Amino acid sequence: MYTLSRDVVIINELGLHARSAAGIAKLAQNAKSKVWLIMGEERVDASSIIDILSLACSKGSKITLKIDEESDIDILNEIIELIKKGFLE
Amino acid sequence: MSDTNAIEIVLNGIGASPGICIGKAYSVDKEGVDVVRKYFIEKGNLPGEIKRFKAAVKKAKDELKAIIKNSHEELRQQSYILETHIVMLKDKMLYGRTIETIEDERINAEWALKKVVSNLKSMFQNMSDPYLKERAADIVHVSDRVMKNLVGAEPVNIADIRKRVILIAQDLSPAETSQIQLEKIKGFVTNRGGKASHTGIIARTLEIPAVLGLDQATRIIQNDDLIIVDGTAGTVIVHPTEETLVKYEERKIGYEEYRAAITRGSYLAAETTDGFQLPVMGNIELPEEVVSVIDHGGDGIGLYRTEFQYLNSSVFPSEDELFDKYMDVVEVIAPKPVTIRTLDINGDRAIAPGAERDEINPALGLRAIRYCLQNPEIFKTQIRAILRVAAYGDVRILIPMISSCDEICETKRILNEVADSLDKEGAVFKRDIKLGIMIEVPSAVIMADVMAEKVDFFSIGTNDLIQYSLAIDRGNSEVAYLYNPLHPAIIHVIKHVADVAHEKGIKVFMCGEMASDPIYMPVLLGLGLDELSMNPQSIPAVKSMVRSLNIEDVKLFMQDVLKQTSATAITKLVEDTYSSILYDKIYHE
Repeated sequence: MYTLSRDVVIINELGLHARSAAGIAKLAQNAKSKVWLIMGEERVDASSIIDILSLACSKGSKITLKIDEESDIDILNEIIELIKKGFLE
Repeated sequence: MSDTNAIEIVLNGIGASPGICIGKAYSVDKEGVDVVRKYFIEKGNLPGEIKRFKAAVKKAKDELKAIIKNSHEELRQQSYILETHIVMLKDKMLYGRTIETIEDERINAEWALKKVVSNLKSMFQNMSDPYLKERAADIVHVSDRVMKNLVGAEPVNIADIRKRVILIAQDLSPAETSQIQLEKIKGFVTNRGGKASHTGIIARTLEIPAVLGLDQATRIIQNDDLIIVDGTAGTVIVHPTEETLVKYEERKIGYEEYRAAITRGSYLAAETTDGFQLPVMGNIELPEEVVSVIDHGGDGIGLYRTEFQYLNSSVFPSEDELFDKYMDVVEVIAPKPVTIRTLDINGDRAIAPGAERDEINPALGLRAIRYCLQNPEIFKTQIRAILRVAAYGDVRILIPMISSCDEICETKRILNEVADSLDKEGAVFKRDIKLGIMIEVPSAVIMADVMAEKVDFFSIGTNDLIQYSLAIDRGNSEVAYLYNPLHPAIIHVIKHVADVAHEKGIKVFMCGEMASDPIYMPVLLGLGLDELSMNPQSIPAVKSMVRSLNIEDVKLFMQDVLKQTSATAITKLVEDTYSSILYDKIYHE
């Protein structure tokens, strides 16, 4: 199975709170296959805002985004861009 | 009134927004949502049950979209919460799991949803992060909306309210408050919530009376009941007698006159009846707020919090960016003083750009001056901007979280160094700026006599000082009731700081929440505070209270206060002695 992952650091003040998690989930829901959000040992489904919130990612946490299908590469990049821009907050 | 059988009932809750209103109750209780039946579904009927659930979710989504579209402009910025709610509706943890539960357990959609939500709720409530903990409320608001559609409960449409009413609810969600047609609402009454709740904030913003946290309000108050809401005292009166009605009509008029009078009087000095003038200043965070301080009759800025520029960007602000913002404030308020507090980044406000740290106990961690002294370049940039702007007005510098004399010496060394380098560059700046420290850590209280020799003024930050002195986390609802500015230990602490400061010939200010409540004025004047600073909206009421007091009286009164050994006794003494003055002012009784 094809896998691709990218690392990113959360820079916005509140970390992955409801609004930012919703931003990620909205994008991930467009993926054909799964988009995973990994922090430390934990791995959650990036299309679920509640799942993302359960990670309690604060500012400065390093997370990894991973996709199962190559065709979702654009979505992966979009999410990374969103995080890098601090969710335009 | 028309119902002659009804007995007058007085309910006591939390006065979250002051003022009085009298009118018809309009209950938006989510009845039927809390009582959910459980029943089993035949295997063949499962697809139908799932379809019913999906339809309820779809309907909820459409409702939220419509709310966002029609929401009041003043509340538009909250619509992101609703956008988040829309995404949450289809979340697999909520949506997917409920469908799975219906299938796996062959139970009805209502029961499955209830089960899923209660699991999610407990997951969030076990989190240590207070912000994430709060998110459980979002899940409840979202699922309540779906549940309402499932049980077919009469949709409570706040937007449809046609007459002027007082809203009665369990709690109001952001979705509900953003639909309210403000001109239709006279007041708010809820079972849950407190001063800091969403409804409380909205009510104060709109200046509508609100009494929250009443527990039984929705059970006792029926639609169209005549009620009186006294948001100042925190009481709600159901089925008032003619006599009560007349009394409150008068109070209402009195309160409105009081509001008008203190607003008119806000430009006058806060001078006691025996001629002592107390400077009453405003706390600000954004330069724009300086206008509000002036409008409310503030005598200057007693606390300019400077974190905002750091928190809202991913890079540190430059010296010129800081200078420009400070200049906005200094220019507008000059010649009145501006007290700029240096960076107080701390645990509950998240950390600075670039920092990558997780502190177990941020309130006791690397914050404020500790952070600045460890990051001298960041600190120097801010000091440079402050010294430069000081050339254009009466600027004071205030250092937060001082806990040792070394920190003061180190700060002064940096101040001198920065001044030298500005001098060398030929910059326009002011070297001999007034330097003050926040008294908010118990060690600073104990060392106050030594510290007073090193600085020009003290400013007591009551919020942190009380928290650290009494070992109480205000955000922890289990112990929040112990947080009381009138605790005898706090009174003695403030007295010690004020006495020591005056002995050494420096002034002592206060900028915590304690300074913003008129009822504390006798105590603060009695303790000899030289200046108070508060949120701009509180300035008129505080000034008005000060004008009715007399220094000699409050000094005598303090002798009694200092003899008390419990917070309850002091609170009672203050209320017995002064609440009539305060309430007379409010109600003209």
